[in-house]
Amino acid sequence: MAERSGADILVQCLVDLGVDTVFGYPGGAVLPIYDAIYNHPTIKHILVRHEQGATHMAEGYARSTGKPGVVLVTSGPGATNAVTGITDALMDSIPMIVITGQVPTQLIGTDAFQEADTVGITRHCSKHNYLVKDPGRLAPVVHEAFHIATTGRPGPVVIDIPKNVQIATAPYTRPEGFEHQSYRPASAPDAVAIDAAVEMILKADRPILYTGGGVINSGPEAATLLRELAHRTGAPVTSTLMGLGAFPATDPSWLGMLGMHGTYEANLAMNQADLIVCLGARFDDRVTGRLDAFAPHSQKIHVDIDRSSVNKTVAVDLPVIADVGRAMAAIIAGLDARGYTKPDLSEWWARIDGWRAKNSLGYDDGATEIMPQRAIADLYKATLATGKDTIITTEVGQHQMWAAQHFGFDAPNKWLTSGGLGTMGYGFPAAIGAQVANPDSLVICIAGDASIQMNIQELGTATQYRLPVKIFILNNEYMGMVRQWQELTYESRYSNSYSDSLPDFVKLAEAYGWTGIRIEGPQELEAGIRQMIETPGPVLVDCRVAKLSNCFPMIPSGAAHTEMLLDPSQVKGSMSDEAKALV
Amino acid sequence: MHIREEQSERHVLSLTVTNEAGILARIAGLFSARGYNIESLTVADIGTDHQISRITVVTNGPPKVIDQIIAQLDRLVPVHRVVDLTDNGPFVERELALVKVAGTGDDRIEALRIADVFRAKVVDTTIGSFIFEITGPTDKIDSFVALMRQIGLVEVGRTGVVGLVRGGKEA
Ligand SMILES: Cc1ncc(C[n+]2csc(CCOP(=O)(O)OP(=O)(O)O)c2C)c(N)n1
Repeated sequence: MAERSGADILVQCLVDLGVDTVFGYPGGAVLPIYDAIYNHPTIKHILVRHEQGATHMAEGYARSTGKPGVVLVTSGPGATNAVTGITDALMDSIPMIVITGQVPTQLIGTDAFQEADTVGITRHCSKHNYLVKDPGRLAPVVHEAFHIATTGRPGPVVIDIPKNVQIATAPYTRPEGFEHQSYRPASAPDAVAIDAAVEMILKADRPILYTGGGVINSGPEAATLLRELAHRTGAPVTSTLMGLGAFPATDPSWLGMLGMHGTYEANLAMNQADLIVCLGARFDDRVTGRLDAFAPHSQKIHVDIDRSSVNKTVAVDLPVIADVGRAMAAIIAGLDARGYTKPDLSEWWARIDGWRAKNSLGYDDGATEIMPQRAIADLYKATLATGKDTIITTEVGQHQMWAAQHFGFDAPNKWLTSGGLGTMGYGFPAAIGAQVANPDSLVICIAGDASIQMNIQELGTATQYRLPVKIFILNNEYMGMVRQWQELTYESRYSNSYSDSLPDFVKLAEAYGWTGIRIEGPQELEAGIRQMIETPGPVLVDCRVAKLSNCFPMIPSGAAHTEMLLDPSQVKGSMSDEAKALV
Repeated sequence: MHIREEQSERHVLSLTVTNEAGILARIAGLFSARGYNIESLTVADIGTDHQISRITVVTNGPPKVIDQIIAQLDRLVPVHRVVDLTDNGPFVERELALVKVAGTGDDRIEALRIADVFRAKVVDTTIGSFIFEITGPTDKIDSFVALMRQIGLVEVGRTGVVGLVRGGKEA
């Protein structure tokens, strides 16, 4: 058989695996691969401006399509720049393949130019990683890497390829389906566990479905099944930050997001439920608040594909280790088999309606200042009015929480945010990645003035590929979330949380060939948003909002769900050392 | 404010893993990254084709943490199986130590006498020293070393624990 170079084999694998887009940045140690994709007929390469940008773009691509995102970077600094995005993808279970160049095998370990121990550095922030020292191993490794990244609990997989391996030759045969020796993720639920789950649902008087990103990872079918399960049982539905969109925000059973900045009704319903069905979520500290006070009256079913998520922080009564979509299908079938009919939960709903009446997301509109909540609500309204498929990404901070609270998502894969790692600098590149994958969608990054500066260089990437992404900055001239915590904890000593020396965002946008729009007061808001949506090409909006608004409701770290702060008047300004020590 | 610690238990975990580059770093790194304890860790190739290694880890932690350790190990791609020997019925655990003791006269005689009680073997001797080889469970070796310390312990090398479940079947 004719032999091919390692670089050619790699590219052939990508083609065989259905890859259409690679986000990357060249350098010495990947030149052979860059030559192999030169003018490639089916693989589009998006040249980023910083490797971190490439990783978040790949995440945005993946989260908005369900397909793995692919990154290509050089050795040394290329690889180390990718580490934040790799970690982000691990925390949020995003399927991603990161191909890194490495110095030639004979130089490994010699502190060669641009050598970094990439497999060492990424070992604990990737789902798996490989150093490929033989071109003959490339095909099996690349196929296995995609399999691992996309199955079970998805995650990032790193493939480190020394330069001489890219040049050396080997025969290529396309690997066919294989049985992995040791990697066998759970998938089908155990029938006994499903039976037990059905039994618990039958007995519940105050059930709640607590859903997470797993429902989205499980695929659109899982979102449909979630709807069915909710309607069959009549149970209210809440979701983590990562799970938004899996259940429609316009459905009457929707309680809104739960957790630190979740709604009063979602958190109180969790607190008072007698059965919590956790579907693809992981009892994260942002959700549980103080552990010993978390959902004290409930039995808990935890459906998760990753056994290590079960009983990690909260002890549950019934683990179901399976793909959440398949588990929900089995539960629904089990309910059917028992001739289950929707129980009368009116008493439970009456209590929930009582909590809802608090209107915990309410806010007062300012006369002269734009309230950030209002900006999000108006943005939501405007996107609904366009009837266009809309994808929202966010950076990290108050604006992220306001977006989660005030923007409604009715479908999965439309909400892209950095949940687990909370990476400032995620949102804008993620929007670019989502736009590449969904050229006809309206993709908007809701940003803060501080976060947007973390990967602002990617303005050039959007310009180069004519991507009509929109950036909507809620500009409060603060690292608002940091300032908020300083108000809660450190008697408003604003240590380094003021965004000094901000650029003129409009001019900055224009310098990159974008349209820049400034919105300064409530009377400009609607028109400004409309102009952003209607202007073709990339648009950056600098929306000046109330500088000192804080995000409520809030469960301060270390507090119980019942100790929620609903408005600023409840803020004391300082905290015990125990509370201060929590994240 | 002070940092509180929870009650912990000692567990012997036995893993079979693909024998590949970096596997030890992957396992050891998981323990350090997640703040789990390692009392000892042994690793050696056990297959005829050099494909599989057995790693035995002695760890300690509250029961909940032990469960987490097992689940976390189990989801590593090259890990085939994790067995908690401590929770899997009766098992045998052994460790080997080389113990160098220096002394003359009565000390020398006493060292040999203790070694005899512990069934330790002399594997090297000079006029003023012995190296004993001793195998047994960790606590037996601990007591042997403690006694030798009183006589004239020079240095110790220990392998760490290996273990298998009792009876005819694989764990
Ligand atoms: C890379 C990174 N560094 C630091 C932080 C800590 N952090 C969380 S929110 C925040 C402030 C964000 O400010 P901004 O983007 O202006 O958003 P706002 O909270 O004002 O809406 C900071 C510094 C982080 N999440 N990520």
